[in-house]
Amino acid sequence: MTYFPEEVVEHIFDFLSSHRDRNIVSTVCKAWYRVERLSRRSVFVGNCYAVRPGRVMARFPGTKCLSVKGKPHFADFNLVPHDWGGFALPWIEAAARGCPGLEELRLKRMVVSDESLELLARSFPNFKALVLVSCEGFSTDGLAAIATHCRGLRELDLQENEVEDHGRQWLSCFPDSCTSLESLNFACLKGEVNAGALERLVARCVNLRSLKLNRAISVESLARILVRTPHLVELGTGSFTVEHRAEAYQRLIHAFRKCKSLKSLSGFWDVAPRCLQSIYSICPNLTVLNLSYAPAIQGADLVKLIRHCFKLQKLWVLDCIGDKGLAVVASTCKELQELRVFPSDIYGTGTAAVTEEGLVAISSGCSKLNSLLYFCHQMTNAALITVAKNCPHFTRFRLCILDPGKPDPDTNQPLDEGFGAIVRSCNDLRRLSLSGLLTDTVFLYIGEYAARLEMLSIAFAGDSDKGMVYVLNGCKNLRKLEIRDSPFGDAALLENVGKYETMRSLWMSSCDVTLGGCKALAAKMPRLNVEVINDRVESDEMEENPSDMHKVEKMYVYRTLAGARNDAPEFVDIL
Amino acid sequence: MEDVKGSDGLGDTELRLGLPGTSTATRSAKRALPEGDEESHDELRRTSATKAQVVGWPPIRSYRKNSFPARKVEAEAEAAAGLYVKVSMDGAPFLRKIDLSVYKGYKELREGLDNMFKCFSFGELSRREGGSGSEYAITYEDKDGDLMLVGDVPWEMFISSCKRLRIMKGSEARGLESRH
Repeated sequence: MTYFPEEVVEHIFDFLSSHRDRNIVSTVCKAWYRVERLSRRSVFVGNCYAVRPGRVMARFPGTKCLSVKGKPHFADFNLVPHDWGGFALPWIEAAARGCPGLEELRLKRMVVSDESLELLARSFPNFKALVLVSCEGFSTDGLAAIATHCRGLRELDLQENEVEDHGRQWLSCFPDSCTSLESLNFACLKGEVNAGALERLVARCVNLRSLKLNRAISVESLARILVRTPHLVELGTGSFTVEHRAEAYQRLIHAFRKCKSLKSLSGFWDVAPRCLQSIYSICPNLTVLNLSYAPAIQGADLVKLIRHCFKLQKLWVLDCIGDKGLAVVASTCKELQELRVFPSDIYGTGTAAVTEEGLVAISSGCSKLNSLLYFCHQMTNAALITVAKNCPHFTRFRLCILDPGKPDPDTNQPLDEGFGAIVRSCNDLRRLSLSGLLTDTVFLYIGEYAARLEMLSIAFAGDSDKGMVYVLNGCKNLRKLEIRDSPFGDAALLENVGKYETMRSLWMSSCDVTLGGCKALAAKMPRLNVEVINDRVESDEMEENPSDMHKVEKMYVYRTLAGARNDAPEFVDIL
Repeated sequence: MEDVKGSDGLGDTELRLGLPGTSTATRSAKRALPEGDEESHDELRRTSATKAQVVGWPPIRSYRKNSFPARKVEAEAEAAAGLYVKVSMDGAPFLRKIDLSVYKGYKELREGLDNMFKCFSFGELSRREGGSGSEYAITYEDKDGDLMLVGDVPWEMFISSCKRLRIMKGSEARGLESRH
């Protein structure tokens, strides 16, 4: 292939869409490495500490889209202390120096300061899209900077971030000349927004296709907005409560009828059941519906709504839909691919809302189902075996039985066989989360059958080191392993140390790993960062030199080319 | 959490949910959680409190958890207290009290009122429901002290603003009927 001119090789590489493919071709020979790195436009960094930002920009000077992830996944559940790290600023600084042509930036679980947003806003004249997911550290002032300086901004997508409210002005900072917005999502903002400025903004952005409002936006305002944006494809409502016969409600129904392109609906905070009638006219076109923030909608009303949604592909609901409601979903939504059922009663004091019956019903009705997140009060092996038979196409299977370590209520057995059936049947399974009572046997099955598994989440499971070793030795495509409250110790940790260089990261908390074990791992594998994260309280009380026998509360191991990071807080020890 | 098997040997006589002959599987000492099937009802509430202390469980993003905790507390408080309001009927010598929270909607409310007051010939109304010339109208006094016709607003909004009910008679009732 070196006989081809570089332009031809580059053109061939254009057909490679995945990062992985491009990574692989770049290792074939020096010529290909060179062509690939100069022509790469989209760069994905799965762990911000795996490589230095400057190095990425130097290797890929033509980067137009940069995607970076920070904190480990368990940070979502408050298991990672607040100021552990994951700062966006070094990345934005490096991009400003090395890739001023940057157009898109996507950050997930990172700490983004207003200062970094201001730098971003001023450094990239062609900047088009900013997507922040589960980030924190910024305020509406940072957003104001983006709105003010990013001419030609197409996308501002804020998903589930913690944003400090410094006032409603930020939205007014979009200049009158801004007409380029195609996607705007500020659903996670807690504060008020200038409704008039918003209405004028959406009116002049004629290409706007996706709009997700926050809770502070009233139905009256929504009605006025929808009149100006009849071509919307995705809508996230604000607070969806209004008097039934109020004029605004009538205007809302009328406006919805005009939105013939709407395919995706979300929001629905504070929605009263009666108000749901206003969307019946859109339901037959919906492919995505997110009602997971609407606890006031009980099973019967949900069912009435769902019966209209026969094209649904993605459904997120609360468990108040009940097993009966899920049966209705199964009979109505034949195109369903993704289902998420969230708990409405977090501490399990109420009556069981969904059980294994609901899941079995879904599996028998929705044969295209490939992605599941299911919070329930109980699960049986028989049900899981049935589900595995009905739905062999799962790529993501996440089951959370709310009571940790709960066995099959019918047989009192662990759920090893049920999950075993899932991994045996679903050959494309990439992501798996386990729960319920589980022994080492389930890990034996996973290691043996889950050949394509990339991410595994374990909690309150297993009997001994053997469990973890089955997984490490078996799952050859494993990239991320996260474990909490399971009896795996140093022997398991040190059994297959080379494995960790083939993975992005390993997280273990409240397990049996000791400080000595972590030190041994760090000594054997210099290209891994072994971080021991101490609880604040503990580190104040701990002696200067804790013994090696001391059990480590939280450990995060990841491969890196960058060496130990220099921004770690004092409660993190990098061995 | 206390031991399931009491040290005085009376453990076997303890009331608990679960299959006979099952035993508690041992778990690492770190986790102070009981096994689901081994608890009695009395322990359930305490268990829930303990469960609440397990950090990061269930695995739900804080963003989602924070979206409606206050609601939950309110809902529980209301459910416990009930929503008792006085009901007066024109011409009846004494008032009644009903718990609005037991009704799911307007239909059940009307049926409940019908049952309660049928000895005062209230049954006439339900037969000619919605038609003009009905003898009675169900009205309520809202938070602002205004007299409103029952049925205009969504049910949840109604029960949160209704302070008392009044079943109004004949001539006064005309002109207040809703136009559905």
